[in-house]
Amino acid sequence: MRIGVFVCHCGTNIAGTVDCAAVAAAAQQFPEVVLAVDTPYACSEPGQRAIIEAIEQKGLNGVVVASCTPRMHEATFRRTVERAGLNRYMFEMANIREHVSWVGRDKKLNTFKATDLVRIAVEKLRYNRPLTAKSFAVNKRVLVIGAGVAGIQAALDCADGGLETIVVERTSTVGGKMAKLDKTFPTVDCSVCVLGPKMVDLAQHRKIKLYAMSEIADLSGYVGNFEVSIRRKATYVDWNKCTGCGLCADKCPSRKAPDHFNELVGRTTAISIPFPQAIPKKASIDASSCLHFLKDRCGVCAKVCPVEAIDFEQQDEVVKESVGAVVVATGFDLLDIRRFGQYGGGRFPDVVTSLQYERMLSASGPTGGHLKCPSDGREPKSVVFISCVGSRDRSMDRAICSGFCCMYTAKQAILTKSHVPDCETHVFYMDIRAPGKGYDEFIRRAQEEYRTNYVRGRVSSVYPKNGRLAVRGADTLLGTQTEVMADLVVLAVGAGAAEGSRDLAEKLRISYDAYGFFMESHPKLKPVETNTAGVFLAGACQGPKDIPASVAMGSAAAGKVMALFSKERLESDPQVAQVNAVRCVGCLKCLRTCPFGAIQEVQARDGSTKAQVIESVCQGCGVCTVTCTDRAIELQHFTDNQLLAEVNYLCRSWMEKSPA
Amino acid sequence: MSAALAYYPGCSQTASAREYDLSTRACCQTLGVELNDVPDWTCCGSTPAHATDHALAAALAARNLAQAMDTGASNLATPCPSCLLALRTAQSRCENEGFKGRVEVLLGRPATLSIRTRSILQVLMEDLGLEALAEKAVRPLKGLRVASYYGCLMTRPVGLMAFEDPDNPTAMDRLFLALGAEAAPFALKTECCGAALGVPRKEAVLELSGRILAAAEESGANVLAVACPLCQMNLDLRREQIEGYTGQRSTLPVLYFTQLLGLALGLPEEALGLGLHNVGTRPVLDILRRTWASEDVG
Ligand SMILES: Cc1cc2nc3c(=O)[nH]c(=O)nc-3n(C[C@H](O)[C@H](O)[C@H](O)COP(=O)(O)OP(=O)(O)OC[C@H]3O[C@@H](n4cnc5c(N)ncnc54)[C@H](O)[C@@H]3O)c2cc1C
Ligand code: SF4
Repeated sequence: MRIGVFVCHCGTNIAGTVDCAAVAAAAQQFPEVVLAVDTPYACSEPGQRAIIEAIEQKGLNGVVVASCTPRMHEATFRRTVERAGLNRYMFEMANIREHVSWVGRDKKLNTFKATDLVRIAVEKLRYNRPLTAKSFAVNKRVLVIGAGVAGIQAALDCADGGLETIVVERTSTVGGKMAKLDKTFPTVDCSVCVLGPKMVDLAQHRKIKLYAMSEIADLSGYVGNFEVSIRRKATYVDWNKCTGCGLCADKCPSRKAPDHFNELVGRTTAISIPFPQAIPKKASIDASSCLHFLKDRCGVCAKVCPVEAIDFEQQDEVVKESVGAVVVATGFDLLDIRRFGQYGGGRFPDVVTSLQYERMLSASGPTGGHLKCPSDGREPKSVVFISCVGSRDRSMDRAICSGFCCMYTAKQAILTKSHVPDCETHVFYMDIRAPGKGYDEFIRRAQEEYRTNYVRGRVSSVYPKNGRLAVRGADTLLGTQTEVMADLVVLAVGAGAAEGSRDLAEKLRISYDAYGFFMESHPKLKPVETNTAGVFLAGACQGPKDIPASVAMGSAAAGKVMALFSKERLESDPQVAQVNAVRCVGCLKCLRTCPFGAIQEVQARDGSTKAQVIESVCQGCGVCTVTCTDRAIELQHFTDNQLLAEVNYLCRSWMEKSPA
Repeated sequence: MSAALAYYPGCSQTASAREYDLSTRACCQTLGVELNDVPDWTCCGSTPAHATDHALAAALAARNLAQAMDTGASNLATPCPSCLLALRTAQSRCENEGFKGRVEVLLGRPATLSIRTRSILQVLMEDLGLEALAEKAVRPLKGLRVASYYGCLMTRPVGLMAFEDPDNPTAMDRLFLALGAEAAPFALKTECCGAALGVPRKEAVLELSGRILAAAEESGANVLAVACPLCQMNLDLRREQIEGYTGQRSTLPVLYFTQLLGLALGLPEEALGLGLHNVGTRPVLDILRRTWASEDVG
């Protein structure tokens, strides 16, 4: 083999604490190395050109670049060697930046370690073999899970791009949190007025099929060819017949059902349509409040329904769809207010969540847009807002900022004044995060034009006093304690992942962070991709974000889907497991351990059982290779011989020499 | 109640809070809870010690724990939440081997502090339980409307004390309900009374204790129940100072929960030290006497 080694300085990133020339000089002596040089920026255009020229002039058939992490530039350099006519797997990368120069200060030791890493790469490369990708057909249909504003945007963009789009929404209407908001910052325009038309478009689009009151039961397959099972939950109303006239809800005698759309402020009927603009505008029955299910009587809705849509016998139903890509847009949920006993959450009726307050402000809400204290219906004359409730609070294991509460709190303070002009408004805050376009100006308006009293400090307790609520806290600008009397206390409760996110992540085989938010593939360069090919993220399911960012991410995810679908066929990654049928004894341990279901059982010609890898499903994780006791299954590009070559060198060299 | 309990009274209970000690002992005796005083016990170190040096403070507390463990006891109780905090802090700090080593040098003996430490309130609630307590109560506390004040230390620091909801504890409320009293909706259950600031910054205590008193009055209570000697002192002994500071007069008696429990258990008032208060406890007794007369008990 003829190997070339390129040791990158990365400016001073590497050269600052690694003697790159010395590393190159050492590499010159390694087996089968015919060329070793150092280079200021290997990834730059001249850097890549030098690699290509060296391949051509020196007749190299293997290349090692010692530079940054493969997550950064492996793909770049693979393309470089490919352009010079080499197979892209005849390339190895040694990470001497993240693993050496950025973590160690001692130049001598760093140089020593960098040299070792280069040597390991060379040893492995000597066993590399050219690999070629296979190709397969793509099913150009897309699944969008969750129909908040992010999911709606992704679905509309995909459908407008000509893709058949399946939308699965858990509740009985699309719209997500945005449909519950009264007005939106920083323009204070009516939320449902801007969202409503998009919801209608979604319902009417030829290319979109909507499953509301549905959830993902199961997802199998791989990028380009997913099979999805969707559970349609029983609504006890035949939606093919229901016209959304609302007669049933008018007549329903069970009027104390929990009103989830209104965030449990107020009550609704056991059969209901969540709100006037609901899409689909169909009624559904809440079995836990329905007299028919509880007491086996009533049935009024069935009697009044003009189209005989009520069906008490309806059962959950599972339907199957095939798609080539998935956009996850399941959003967020607020933390349970009862966790905040110190603020009276769950203890005092006049302590509400920010989302409940949106419903209390909304003209279509339970109070018709008249601000009233839940305890006794009086109009509040003082409202206290507490921000960072369960956010940025390490005592709750929640270090994260929920991102949008500073802004909506200012909005709610402004709206409070327009509902009750003589109402005092106070905001307790830690510091104000308003980095968006027009955002800081908006906070200023709340403070100056709408005379909101901003108090910098945490609240220690909220307690009843003289029939009202006393809010006690620190004023850290004045350096004193302060106590403000309130009729209503609004908690900007932190955003957590949507209920059931972890389960969904397991089904989709994507990762999630400590708070349950889904993980993007790279925080900067792949913000909408996941580590599972063909599954993309949009909106607040990836982390709290406001409407503009959620919409942008919905469009970005749609763009990614369309780029993926612009090819007729996709290439599979050849770095997958492969079974050596001669060695395989058919124990199928690998089949049981594979987290991706990429191994199937097959019969050999002699009738014996063998394992076989479904190449398009295999993600190359390597779990099977350590499970197999007969060494019959190996990961291409990470074969036993390749790994042993690395280990052998390392162990032998450490036995012979040790660092200064 | 099974095995005997090592009892750590704490210094306050020999002086300013003698009635807390008296009533605790009297109640436990009636309830069949055997208390064995920690032999040759000394001060837990309290605020001055931990404000000076953590290792010295822990050594003071550890000494008492070790003395208790020498008797073979595996359970210890103290009426005072501040003592309990000192003992538990020592226990938790000594889980660190380095720190433990320093304490052992000071103590001159091993500091293995595995004994279980609890407050008297916790022991009564956990080992006897409400039902058993109510059963032993021969005289109901009917007519009393009790504001239960837990103070800051009973439930905090949360990890260390691990007792009830840190912001809304209910142990005493439930106890008094079980004994026939009413529980007043008292808002400042776990607010600070000002604690030891009474010496360096008296106004701070007067302000904070004044608030607690006002909130108790607002709740319609006719007695304020406490579980901490320092809280009791600030609310009872400093009453005239508080009145002078806030301009509000208040005759609300401040009793230890053990005194109220003792009354329900049928113990005579002298045994409970009801005459040792600054703010007279007579109104409480008057109410109860009326109840008992009409119900023909006591
Ligand atoms: C009180 C409050 C006020 C706000 N005010 C503003 C404002 O004025 N301006 C602004 O820009 N932003 C505001 N925001 C932020 C805004 O709500 C979010 O940016 C936006 O809702 C994010 O949209 P989304 O589609 O990502 O998530 P969501 O709105 O949460 O939608 C997610 C959807 O997915 C569905 N879903 C969840 N799990 C599943 C599942 N497993 N299967 C199927 N479907 C599922 C949900 O039912 C929901 O319909 C506010 C937030 C709050 C809490
Ligand atoms: S957005 Fe503002 S209120 Fe919300 S967590 Fe961040 S800093 Fe706190």
